[in-house]
Amino acid sequence: MLLEIKDLCVSAEDKDILKSLNLSVNAGEVHAIMGPNGSGKSTLARALSGHPGYAVTGGSITYNGKDLLDMAPEERACEGVFMAFQYPVEIPGVNNAYFLKAALNAVRKHRGEQELDAVEFMTLIREKASLLEMDQSMLHRAVNEGFSGGEKKRNEIFQMAVLEPKLAVLDETDSGLDIDALRVVANGVNALRSPDRAIVVVTHYQRLLDYIVPDFVHVLSGGRIVRSGGKELALELEEKGYGWIDAVAGAGA
Amino acid sequence: METTEESIEQLATREYKYGWETILESDTFPPGLNETVVRGISAKKNEPEWMLEFRLKAFRAWQDMAEPTWHNLQIEPIDYQAVSYYSAPKAKPQLASLDEVDPEVLATFAKLGIPLEEQKMLANVAVDAVFDSVSVATTFRAKLGEMGVIFCSFSEAVKDHPELIRQYLGSVVPYTDNFFATLNSAVFSDGSFVYIPKGVKCPMELSTYFRINAKNTGQFERTLIVADEGSHVSYLEGCTAPMRDEHQLHAAVVELVALDRATIKYSTIQNWYPGDKNGKGGIYNFVTKRGKAMTDAKITWTQVETGSAITWKYPSCILQGDNSVGEFYSVATTNNRQQADTGTKMIHIGKNTRSTIVSKGISAGKGQNTYRGAVKIGKNAHGARNYSQCDSLLIGDKCGAHTFPYLEIKNTSSIVEHEASTSKIGEDQIFYCQQRGIATEDAVNMIVSGFCKEVFRELPMEFAVEAQKLLSISLEGSVG
Repeated sequence: MLLEIKDLCVSAEDKDILKSLNLSVNAGEVHAIMGPNGSGKSTLARALSGHPGYAVTGGSITYNGKDLLDMAPEERACEGVFMAFQYPVEIPGVNNAYFLKAALNAVRKHRGEQELDAVEFMTLIREKASLLEMDQSMLHRAVNEGFSGGEKKRNEIFQMAVLEPKLAVLDETDSGLDIDALRVVANGVNALRSPDRAIVVVTHYQRLLDYIVPDFVHVLSGGRIVRSGGKELALELEEKGYGWIDAVAGAGA
Repeated sequence: METTEESIEQLATREYKYGWETILESDTFPPGLNETVVRGISAKKNEPEWMLEFRLKAFRAWQDMAEPTWHNLQIEPIDYQAVSYYSAPKAKPQLASLDEVDPEVLATFAKLGIPLEEQKMLANVAVDAVFDSVSVATTFRAKLGEMGVIFCSFSEAVKDHPELIRQYLGSVVPYTDNFFATLNSAVFSDGSFVYIPKGVKCPMELSTYFRINAKNTGQFERTLIVADEGSHVSYLEGCTAPMRDEHQLHAAVVELVALDRATIKYSTIQNWYPGDKNGKGGIYNFVTKRGKAMTDAKITWTQVETGSAITWKYPSCILQGDNSVGEFYSVATTNNRQQADTGTKMIHIGKNTRSTIVSKGISAGKGQNTYRGAVKIGKNAHGARNYSQCDSLLIGDKCGAHTFPYLEIKNTSSIVEHEASTSKIGEDQIFYCQQRGIATEDAVNMIVSGFCKEVFRELPMEFAVEAQKLLSISLEGSVG
């Protein structure tokens, strides 16, 4: 098993958000995490990546046989955990390609692989950029600076394609995307589906799942997973609304 | 976040790399300043009468002047009588070649990464090395001489090129200019002189390296660069000092004269000892730098200020001639208890004069960073243009950034633009880098370099690399 989350409790700003959450993910699988606003979806993504604003107050996360919670954020990244940010950050003056080269070489160094030189690197990213139908000029602009919402999200998946993580967590990657951008991003993600990679898609809407078809759907409510199923669960949810889940969860509690 | 706070504390603990002292016999005046001392300095240097007169006029003016208080700096009172105004390594009075320089002094510069032996010079850079108050070596002089370029210590220039010194000394920064410049005019000990003849493009970078070594000593150097019509020169200065518990005074004057169609590019990497994390010791750096640009001439100031406990400097341009251009690119960092009040003045006098100001202030620890800039457009400066951009970056929450832009516009056909921003080095930015595998320290360096990019690209290539390194050292550990 690639990822095993047990009884995970996470708080932010002294507020308990995740309350004993359990989730298991195997390599090769795509899991969708859905749920109403405030249910803790993004908190889960951030806790996985080690965001300093989120305190784990209980439970465990085992990743690839190791204690994920014991690792610094950059260590997790080097071990193959990638998060596509809901709000990608701008870094003025830092060239997108330069940034990505630093990231890729940090990851490669960690894996004991040789760092790529400029020529090898440029060859690699040109190839990956075309996968995301990215304009080459985006590579030479400052990281996310002046990018449109769609360009930022596309840039996230592009970085994922270059870094080739084992576990990719997509935090509301669909938010703010129009239908064309959504299709491009989803195609990019689908191209990265592979038997040795797991993808966790955090989303509010079923729409994205028309393009990235999940193997499993989990519904988060009140900080824990209240229902799990196959891809049809997402459709059911779309039809009945989150109120239905709250009712079910309330009845079960 | 807690983690960030802790790392900010860690930042404050890094050590100054150039803090060692060279032990050597030196000829040092006892502390104190009076007319006898001024005469003594002049006598030590065997100066002609006119030079002594200049000093004495300045000294008399200085006695009636008071320190400026308009700056945004907290400075402990300076006892000008406790400073020694002259210190020189004891050596043979005339240095005919490098062989005669005290080997200890040569070793000091080698340790600083400034080899003075010409055959060892890597880059195409001629160096004048100033140790405490005197110039100890100027390299590549013969090669430059072939083209008529004069590059020597100020003292030598007074002897060998009196006509040029008399014509231009004080022509841009008069001896009555301000408290510190006037003090310098009275007691300056040495410095560099450059003259580029008409139409000559100086074939190499010229560089002066300043080192304060002696204790309780002030360093007062003076640089004068004259670029004759249609000539071109790029000049760089660097500076370091040992770690001392008490503050040391540094008051320099730099004058640039760019005659018609000449170009002067003056770059500074200032790394004086900044004091310890509690603000003990460190250089008090009060510098007056100004250039005058005649018709179609261009002056570019680029500075990377990472050292000193106090930095007070405003490299300025008097855009006298029509179509002249002034540029100021600055990165100033303050960490721990450092304070900087720095910026520029662009004085537009000629028609169609243009100026650009790009200032990047970085504050970390308990550092305070002030940008102070003035743009003055005179009534005859038709079509003058200025663009100013002042950006501040804060690291941690105990530091400060301040901006004081002054505008004085007397010609309605001019265009003046000012942009300013203040940002905090975001935890979000750092986390974003970390999530991609980049360690915190590297992330900070990357973000800061990105912030300073527009300035670094103005530096000569080999110095841009040095500046970037220096910056990362001076901010090392500043953020978790």
